[in-house]
Amino acid sequence: MSAIVEKLNDETFVLNLGPQHPATHGVLRVKLRMDGEYIVEAEPVLGYIHRMHEKMGENRTWIQYLPNTARLDYLHALAFNHVYVNAVERAAGIEVPQRAEYIRVITAELNRISSHLVWFGAFIMDLGGFSPLLYAFDDREQILDLLEAITGSRLTYCYFRFGGVSCDIDDQFITGSRAFVKRMRERLDMYRNLVTNNIITIKRLEDVGPITAEMCRKYGATGPVARGSGINFDVRRHEPYSVYPEFDFDIPVYHECDNMARYMVRMDEMEQSLRIIEQALDKLPDGPYLLPKAPRIVKPAKGDFYQAVESARGSLGLRIVSDGSNNAYRLKWRSPTFSNLSLFGEACIGMLLPDALALMGTLDLVIPEIDR
Amino acid sequence: MHRDAIAGSIAAIDGVIVTPCEYDSKGYCLDVQVTAQTLLQAVSVIDHCGFFIEAITGVDWLGEKTARHKEALDRAKAVIAAAAKSAAEKGEEPPPAPPLPQPPEDMTDELEVVYDFNRYDDFCRISMRVRVPRSTPCLPTISAIYPGADWHERETHDFFGIRFEGHPNLVPLLLPEDADFHPLLKDFKA
Repeated sequence: MSAIVEKLNDETFVLNLGPQHPATHGVLRVKLRMDGEYIVEAEPVLGYIHRMHEKMGENRTWIQYLPNTARLDYLHALAFNHVYVNAVERAAGIEVPQRAEYIRVITAELNRISSHLVWFGAFIMDLGGFSPLLYAFDDREQILDLLEAITGSRLTYCYFRFGGVSCDIDDQFITGSRAFVKRMRERLDMYRNLVTNNIITIKRLEDVGPITAEMCRKYGATGPVARGSGINFDVRRHEPYSVYPEFDFDIPVYHECDNMARYMVRMDEMEQSLRIIEQALDKLPDGPYLLPKAPRIVKPAKGDFYQAVESARGSLGLRIVSDGSNNAYRLKWRSPTFSNLSLFGEACIGMLLPDALALMGTLDLVIPEIDR
Repeated sequence: MHRDAIAGSIAAIDGVIVTPCEYDSKGYCLDVQVTAQTLLQAVSVIDHCGFFIEAITGVDWLGEKTARHKEALDRAKAVIAAAAKSAAEKGEEPPPAPPLPQPPEDMTDELEVVYDFNRYDDFCRISMRVRVPRSTPCLPTISAIYPGADWHERETHDFFGIRFEGHPNLVPLLLPEDADFHPLLKDFKA
């Protein structure tokens, strides 16, 4: 904590950050009490785009709720598709064909890269560098084109179905994905030289914004935030789902606990996702992409079920309580950024305002997912 | 820490029931049933074991007890009817009917609060449940042990109206600041 906060005087003032502020990446408001340029107290105010998705889950049938899942996290929508279909498949005992599992992994990993690219561009823009955003969106465009061709949408995908996916992938997608993997590797090298090794980036990120491992535990932080604090935790490895155990990939972990560590985790993760896509394309089995007799009306067993997947922002969980009918009795989203943001109030005390914004950038906030 | 050791140290608390679950079908490893009195003690043990908090949520079991009673009643009546039918086929007198099940004394419906915990190292997901009467939904806050529970409890208060006693700032989190309704209660009408 800075010396200024320790000898706190009465001359503090309240500063409203947001709800309309580019650095909060959506409608998030943070009530800050400032002593000059230093933060004394910060309280995030949520709920500006709360839509009660959990209530919608209760009054729609299982299949009707599928499009809702993508509206929660518009950057990594397929992870939300994935957790929802996996949870219902677990509850209803639906087997998924191997080819469908592979397609799910390929598309979800492509989507993860596109999510990290948006974060990368927007985060560097938070720090004041404009051009990386244009490069990142150029790469992301390639992914969106690939996914658009098979899913039919560019952002809010509703691609997974109970028992498979809605549409098979074709040769064009496979060659396109391979070309993208090759291109992205070169681009990552470029980003390393252009941005990561840039002296301004280093000075802005290194030793700024400490989040300790113990803090992560107490607040339930997961994903790149936890992995930047030396915690080797990734749901894909820890609680394997789908066909992830069949791939060889690393979990990038950094122990510095600062902004740079969280930045590096995400940059390395893109490379690991490329590796997964490459292996999945090589091993892609033949067979049906959707269970031939996929049920139109799903009636899961009575009881409650939990499913977790690794979204781009951390451990994404879904608890469903079923009474055996065609609707959910209760449906609870455990969204990763909700927990990640909850530690911001403690982590930013004593920081300079621009540094706190850099810290907020490394949390990779997606507000619809927090507000649900 | 091994899963059995964890289960053992939580089950050592009086009145706490720990049930191991089959992960493949349920998605979690341990089901822990606590009461409002043993909640804090159980959470401290979980904290000492090194768990992190995933989420807190509620489930409204409105009408559950009535439905259960009706089910038991229907079952008993079916047994009596079957016995009478088989007796009539044999040309005998129907056997004396056993007494019908009585409704439970306490018919107050309950709200369930579910706490999810998980570990960063060995995999062990815990679902901890506690039930409170719908008429007086009160629980002690665990935000002193897990500061991350602060927001989860505020959200649960928003949606279900559960009062977490000792919570530092139990004001609406996701709902409007003057909200006096709880939309996830089953008797909520928009």
